[in-house]
Amino acid sequence: MTQFLPPLLGGILIGLASSLLLLFNGRIAGISGIAGGLLLPPRGELAWRAAFVGGLVGGGLLLRALFPQVFGAPVVTGAGLTVLAGLLVGFGTRLGNGCTSGHGVCGLARGSLRSFVATGTFMVTGALTVFLVHHVLGGL
Amino acid sequence: MKAALMAGLAGILFSLGLGLGGMTDPAKVVGFLDVAGDWQPGLAFVMAGAMGTYALLRRLILRQRRAPVLAPTFPALGNARPDARLVAGAALFGAGWGLAGYCPGPAFTSVGSGANPALLFVAAMVGGMLLFQLWEKRPVPARVQAPVPQR
Repeated sequence: MTQFLPPLLGGILIGLASSLLLLFNGRIAGISGIAGGLLLPPRGELAWRAAFVGGLVGGGLLLRALFPQVFGAPVVTGAGLTVLAGLLVGFGTRLGNGCTSGHGVCGLARGSLRSFVATGTFMVTGALTVFLVHHVLGGL
Repeated sequence: MKAALMAGLAGILFSLGLGLGGMTDPAKVVGFLDVAGDWQPGLAFVMAGAMGTYALLRRLILRQRRAPVLAPTFPALGNARPDARLVAGAALFGAGWGLAGYCPGPAFTSVGSGANPALLFVAAMVGGMLLFQLWEKRPVPARVQAPVPQR
């Protein structure tokens, strides 16, 4: 059971961070929406969005200094596949209005039907992709 | 200024949660999605912990306060129906997530790790978001339905 304690604590921290953003800034902690909005920010929207994404990177720097083992090795090798995956994630999260945080955490927590459908969909296509890559093709 | 500081603090906390939870390890993410193989259920606890905490605190915040501390209003969230656009976007996202094991939050956090594949992934992800903006601005026939509000 103890191996599930860090994931649970990590999740609680994510929930706390999302709650802080709601309490102080009145914003939904959807990472793809916050980052996507940086590309063409409406008036007065640049600072908090940049600060939040900067905080994500800053937290990564802290983790690198304190617990570098949290960063695992990449599963795709090769620039082509990495770029393809990044393009799919960037385009898909904007088209579907959210990702694991906006739909999977914040949306589900408020009982949104759209988020329920989106989360179900990306879980299924994620699992199908893993099945195809690792069990049908035997890895890439 | 205060709002940006709080958003930055929330970002740092969010990122530490992702790291502690194991979301920044692509192999764990792929293991979680690998239901037909050596399934690793750990990340289900990240989602449950995050969703449970947010559901509880969100209710408390909305019950106790009329407005956020540093903003005029809480977000107005509609109850729009799921549509083809939502499903198509989520499907594409899931495919990219399963392929590389990074979703947007852990990808930004992994930029801090300095690893080249993570940097390349984030550059491509931002490229995908830009592509979406170009695609959305394409000339469209007048009959096409109005876009869904941003979440």
